[in-house]
Order: sequence, then structure tokens, then C-alpha cells
Amino acid sequence: MSALVVARDLARTYQVTRGFWSAPRQLRAVGGVSFEIAAGRTLAVVGETGCGKSTLARMVTLIERPSAGTLVLDGIDAVDPPPAQAKRLRRSVQLVFQNPAGSLNPRRKVGVILEEPLAINTQLPRERRRRQVLAMMAKVGLGAEHQGRYPHMFSGGQRQRIAIARALMLHPKLVVADEPVSALDVSVQAQVLNLFKDLQEEMGLAYLFISHDLAVVRHVAHDVLVMYLGLAMEQGPKERIFARPLHPYTQALLAATPGLATRPAAMRLRTGDLPSPLDPPHGCVFSTRCPHVVERCRIERPRTRPIDGRQVACHLAERFVG
Amino acid sequence: MKTRPMSAKDRKVKPRSVDATPGPLRELAVSFCANHGAVAGFAVIATLLLLAVFADLIAPHPPALPNNDALLVPPVWQARGSWTYPLGTDAIGRDILSRLIHGARLSLAIGLVVVTLAVAIGTALGLAAGFFRGPVEFAILRLMDVLLTLPSLLLAIVIVAILGPGIVNAMLAVAVVVLPHYVRIARAAVITELAKDYVTAAKVGGAGVPRLMLREVLPNCVAPLIVQATLGISTAILDAASLGFLGLGAQPPLPEWGTMLADAREFVLRAWWVVTFPGLMILLAVMAFNLVGDGLRDALDPKLKR
Amino acid sequence: MALLEVENLSVELPTAAGMVRAVDRVGFSLSAGELLGVVGESGSGKTLTMLAIMGLLPHPARVVADRLTFKDRDLLPLSARARRALAGRSIAMIFQEPTASLNPCFTIGFQLVEGLRVHQRLGRKAAWKRAVGLLEQVGIPSPEDRMRAYPHQLSGGMNQRVMIAMAIACDPEILIADEPTTALDVTVQAQILELLLGLQRQRGMGLILVTHNMDVVAQTAQRVLVMYGGQIVEERGAAALFQAPQHPYAAALLAARPTAERDARLLTIPGTPPGLHDRPPGCLFAPRCADATQRARAVRPELRDFMGGRVRCHYPLGDGNREARIAADGRVAIDADIVARGEP
Repeated sequence: MSALVVARDLARTYQVTRGFWSAPRQLRAVGGVSFEIAAGRTLAVVGETGCGKSTLARMVTLIERPSAGTLVLDGIDAVDPPPAQAKRLRRSVQLVFQNPAGSLNPRRKVGVILEEPLAINTQLPRERRRRQVLAMMAKVGLGAEHQGRYPHMFSGGQRQRIAIARALMLHPKLVVADEPVSALDVSVQAQVLNLFKDLQEEMGLAYLFISHDLAVVRHVAHDVLVMYLGLAMEQGPKERIFARPLHPYTQALLAATPGLATRPAAMRLRTGDLPSPLDPPHGCVFSTRCPHVVERCRIERPRTRPIDGRQVACHLAERFVG
Repeated sequence: MKTRPMSAKDRKVKPRSVDATPGPLRELAVSFCANHGAVAGFAVIATLLLLAVFADLIAPHPPALPNNDALLVPPVWQARGSWTYPLGTDAIGRDILSRLIHGARLSLAIGLVVVTLAVAIGTALGLAAGFFRGPVEFAILRLMDVLLTLPSLLLAIVIVAILGPGIVNAMLAVAVVVLPHYVRIARAAVITELAKDYVTAAKVGGAGVPRLMLREVLPNCVAPLIVQATLGISTAILDAASLGFLGLGAQPPLPEWGTMLADAREFVLRAWWVVTFPGLMILLAVMAFNLVGDGLRDALDPKLKR
Repeated sequence: MALLEVENLSVELPTAAGMVRAVDRVGFSLSAGELLGVVGESGSGKTLTMLAIMGLLPHPARVVADRLTFKDRDLLPLSARARRALAGRSIAMIFQEPTASLNPCFTIGFQLVEGLRVHQRLGRKAAWKRAVGLLEQVGIPSPEDRMRAYPHQLSGGMNQRVMIAMAIACDPEILIADEPTTALDVTVQAQILELLLGLQRQRGMGLILVTHNMDVVAQTAQRVLVMYGGQIVEERGAAALFQAPQHPYAAALLAARPTAERDARLLTIPGTPPGLHDRPPGCLFAPRCADATQRARAVRPELRDFMGGRVRCHYPLGDGNREARIAADGRVAIDADIVARGEP
């Protein structure tokens, strides 16, 4: 049986206009990323600013159309869905945002916010909608008295629970979570992560979990995809990647995360800014900051190849295996 | 910032019950009332409203009743004045106080009608511009730009000249003149809100454009529009008074304050009260609305919260 | 020698419900060359405390303290202006959002040079040279070119380096860094922290690092203050705190960090920290504490010396008689609805 989510060479390029006389430039936000997620599993996408993870999230949640590549969700082609399946497709994937304050309409009561996806997508009568709302609120740890309140009356953690409840109202198969705990305090983060885990077990959800915090990723993920400037650097099972990262960028991320750094010396990235996605480096996109760079890296873009149980895009990956 | 050593009485920390955070309406009321100017303005507006509603009961004389025996009677505190006409009479013997009271009705009506029209149409256009972008936005914005380049009073005069003088046409003209401001505010607010996550969340939940426009975005754009509308009432009153002064607005014998000023031009030196009191009323009303508008804006603006 | 001494500093804020104490009797000292970590979650008052010390709180806020001295110079009787002048030179502060802290209308060079000319009375050329030198010290490549760049043209990490350059331009003796790396990518975070530590060692500055991330503090600080609900709840050496925290909140915070095991449930703290308006009468943490008692809910504990540090708890974790005393004072379970609200 094929996986719930199958993505092949997903890419998204934007045209950036530069004024009347010049031709527009191409901004490659995501260039050729492939992955699979099975039901009940979590794929964590890791990367820093500008790596394309948010664009990836937008493509997978059908907000943006990929410029290239294929995406199949629950057996339905998500890039050009047949009209009869469009509604079912829409219900199969939902999104949880980073900023709990901004993701809830400040002028709506919580009960209304949660009822809305049902009102739009189903024909259920009002009473049944209400009951489903209350049931979902209980599932995420909110009381019935909360449905008459406005979002600003809740704490960050509670708002994030409301956002999760809203995402689950349509019983999707895949939940894309874009940095869902980054804006929360540590103790609240723990509560929300536990909730994610419980819901996954209970409802068999698949997660595409985007985060820049490797400590969180280590806790929640089954598989990890490391992105840099729109490309996949390394991807595979979490245990392998964390135990022995083969790509220099993954190594740098792990070394830089306080609390996780088991490498003796901090990986020194060469100082410099992230290259602009409008003008990516020739050859390997990481070559400008990689401490292990050799001539070949600057000329030839490494292909993703399977090494030691995961996929790596680095010419020098073999030397880190031993 | 004063600092001083702690004393025993500083130690009383008030324990509060859970969820004692004041609600949004109470916060708004407290912030608003802390602004003394705004409260004063609100009091004046309330008074004007009362005068407008109960004009028939409060005014001592009918506003359009001439009296040949009492032409240009000065106010009560001057030599020939009397309590029958506390603020004096005009050139054909009409009581100025009564005319002012009835004029409040007209001015408030003008302000409210003009602003309601402008807000309604302006918001609709702004929503369309912000949502659809592209050629729709281009057309709407350029049209508004054209309206803005013409001096407002001149534009109003042109419109009234085409439609014919009268209070209704004056209201239409002023509404057209202030329209671009509301379109811009609505469009800016729409664009800001569209960038927020809850709109994306609604899209992911399957909401279509009408629902997004009317049920998600519009309620959140209301705050700046309310502030502008309150300030706009004073502009509308002023513009209508200007048109009235030029003879293009409310036509005599309507006791609109601007029209009263027009009638009284020739009496500036002879009978100052015929000119001054209507002018003072305009000043008072405009200032009151401005103070309330400023107070609302300060109270609603989260960045100004202490 | 203690550079900065703070005793019983409190900050009161006006709200629609009256004056509310947001920071309650905070006290600590900082010596030259020392790195003090201040850890707390949102609403703990850590940022307000630093702003109060710097004199940066807007007028309606009230700051009171028994003692606030910098190098034995009393800061309390100074006017706000005098305090800002002193604080600006000798105590520098950098903030969380570097791009927002820089003026977007002027180039980096202009802002640096302006600051130098005002505070150090240098001529334009001298100031320019010194600015370039500062940018080099903070690790910005090709500094002469960067002088002509605008803040929006540089990344967050670069802008934070510029902020640090501005902060150290006047050779301050104390640097307060308020969540300096929270808004930055993780590889950049590591670089900025390294930079701050390096500068501190070079210049012998006192450094106060305010953060919500315990792990950052573990790597870097000598002493750590843990704040909760506007109070200091524990002060201890960093190593001691991580091995044996004495306050239940500090212990819970350490335990709530994500672990390696995928299937382990994270240990959470039920409920949420108190907001400005719902501070309980007794210990602020009691409603959420697994070891709360009647006494803890009624009587507010004071900060007292304990095992080499200070802790604000009736029953510190290292107390041998702890269980007996809790039983004697009447253990109270956490309210069911707090548990329900906090932990499904």
C-alpha cells in the first residue's frame, strides 16, 4: 500500500519583477524535493530562514500550486485534482500555524471559529456541529465554557490548542504543522507536544512537522528532512541522522543546538550570510559556508544518493560514515 | 520616574481572582474616559443629539417664523436685548436660538448621512481593491486619485452645480469628495489583514472569497474606519456649512448653520450676533467630533496603550 | 568588586484595574567579568527588570528599590535623564529583534558614527575608523562595505552583530543581552553567543544574559537567576542548578525540555503562569505545584539562602525533612480544572 503522502521533485519558483525594462528574475524557493509520509508517522522538516520549508508547507496544504513535480495526497493528485475529488482533497490536509495569536480571527468567538470548517464543508445540522465542536475541544483539553470566549482571552498554549482543534475538525489524514511550538514557552511547549503525540496515536494522523529546533525534532519525528536554500541536504530516519549526521549542514545544525551538542568542537561555519535564493551558488548550494568545501563542490551540484540508510546530497558524505 | 526606598505599605499586593483581566469593552471605556478632551467632546455631542431630537420641544420659537417687530434684536445681555430672544434675532426677526437648535438636527443629519454613505461605498470599493488586486484595484485607485487631485471644495461645488443646489445634493457632493479617504483606509486594512494567518487558515478550511471578504476580513477592518468616520463627521459638517455659506447647500429658510452664516454676511459689523453664533456652533460641533475621534483612535490603538 | 547591586527592585504598572506589581522585589549583584543568566518564561518579568535598571521604562511605570547602585554610585536619586546618560555609557543593552532595533532610514555606518560622535566626541573621520574597527571586532566581513548598507539589506545575524558593535562602542562595563538570539537561526545563535562570550572575556565586562532557553544558560553562565511571576524563585551557580535545582518550578522547567526518546511523554507543568491580574495570595507557583500545601497557598515564601544559593520555597527540593514537613502542613492536590486545562 502506498504511503499517504507521496511527493516527487516538488518545486516552486517565483517570478520577481524588477521594473518595466528588465526581465523578471527567478526566485527558486523550493527546488526538487521528494519525500513520503505514511499514516501515523511524522516527517520533520528542518532548516533555517530561507530554506523553503514554509513554501513546502504551503504547497502541501494546497495553498500554492507547485511549479513542478508531483504530489499525491491520500491517492488523489494534488497538483491537478479531478473536480469530483477536490472537496475530499481539501479535507484531507490541514494546517497549524506558528503564531497562535495571528492564526485565530480576533473578532470571532472560539466556538464559531471551530464550527466554521464544518459549516463550510459539511451539511451537518447545527446541533451536530455544536456537539462535534465540544467533543474536539474536550479532546484538546479545553472546557465547554471556553467556546464563548474570544482568542485574546487565552494564553499562547491554549490558543495553539484551539488551532489544533480547528485543524482536526474535518478529520484530515495529514496535518502540516509550521513551527507550532516555536512561539511557546518551554513548559507550554511540552504540553502541546504531548498533545500532538496523543492525537497522532489516537487518530492515526500523519504529520509534516516543520521546525528549526532540533531538540523538538528529535522528540517528535520519525523521519527527518534537512533543507537548505530550497534543496534537500539530507533525509532519512531520525535515529540515523541524529546519531551520525553525514551532511556538513546537518552536523552544523546539531552542533549549534544548545542541549544537543555532543560533538566536541562547535562546527565552525564560514562566516557569511545565507546566499540569496535569487542567485544561488553554482555547484553545491552549501559550498559558500561549508567548512569542508573542496573545488568539486563549487562546480558540481551533488545529487542525492543513498548512503548508510538515508539520502544525502554531498560529495564528501562517505568520509563521515566511519 | 521616581524611585524611593520601599516601605511597609508597598508590600500589600492585591490578590486577584482568576480571569480578572478586564474585558475589551471595559478597557476601551477606561482608556477613552482617561482622555478628558474626548469625554468633553462626547458630552457636547450628546447635548447636540438631545437638542436635535427634542428640538421641537426645546426651542422657544418656531425657526422659520419671522417677526417684523423684532428685527435684529441683540442678545439678552446687551442694551436692547430681552429674554424672549436670548441670543437675538436675525434680519427678518427669526429667533436665533431656535434656529440654532433646529440647525443641530440638520448638521448632525448631514454628518451622519454623508459619513454613512462614504463609509459604505468606500468600504465596498476598498474591499474589492484589496481582494482582487490587479486591474480592479488599479481602476479603483486611479479613480480615487482623480477625486483626490481636485480641491475638495471645488469638486463639491462642481457636483452641486450639476445636480442643483439643495441639502440632499450637498450631502451627495460631500460624500463623493470624502470617499477616497475611506477607500484607501479600507484597502490598506484589507491588505494588512489578508497577510495574517487566520485568513490563510480560513482558506485552508475551504472558505471561498465572499466568506473571506465579509465574515473574516471585514470585521477586523472596522476599527480604523470608525475612527476616520468620527473625524469625518466633523469634516462633513464643515464642508456642508461651506456649501451652505456659498448658497449651494441647504437653501433658506432651512436653519442650517452654514446657510445662516451666508444670510448674515452683510451684518458682520452691524449685528455681530447673527454671524457669530452659527459660527460658534460649527466650531463647537467640529471640535467635539474631532476630540471624540482622537480619543477613540488613542483608545483603540494597541501601540498607544501604556 | 560588585559592579551592579540591586536590592528589592519592584516595578508597578498602571492598568485598567489599578497599579499592578509586575516585578516584585528582585535583587542581585553582578561583578566584573561575571556572566549572570536570567531565565524565565513569558510574563516572568525578566525584561521589565532590565529595562527598569536601564531607566528605559516609560513614564507611567513606577520603579521602586531599596538599592540600585552602579560601582557604588547610587542610581536611585538620579533623574531619569541622568540615569539614562550614565546607563547608556557604562551599561549597554541589546534586544531581541535586531532589525527592529536599528533605524531603517539610515545606513549602518551612519548610526554607528552618530553614536560614537555623540558619546565619545570623536570627529567624523576618527569615528568612521573606530566604527570599522568595531565591525571587525564583531566578526562582520568586509566592514567598509557594510558601513554603507541599510539594516534591511543585512540578515538578522549581521544586524545583531551591528547592535553588539554599537553596544560595545562606548566600552561599557556591563552588557545586558535580552534574548539576543531568540529571533535568529540556530547556527547564527551559536555564533552570536560565542561572540558575546569572547567580547566579555576580552573586555572583562559583566554580562547579563536574559533568555527563556535553559540550555543556552547551561553552556555559558556562572550564576543563574530563575524568575517566575515577577519574582526570583531561585538563584544558584549554573552547574549546581542543572544538577540539583531546589525550586520545584526550576526542576520542572528542566524536566520539560524535549528528550531523545520518541515515545516518552514530556513532563509538563499543568496550568499556566499567573498573569498580571491573577496572582494567587500565597506562593505564586503553588496552584501548579505537585507538592503544594495549605501553608504554601496562604503564605508567600521569602527568598532565603539555601545550599549555596537562594530559593523562594517553603519546601526546597534539597531539604531532608521535606516530605515530613509537607505532610505536616497538609498536602493539597492541584485543582482538577487546572490539571484539565493544562494537560489533556
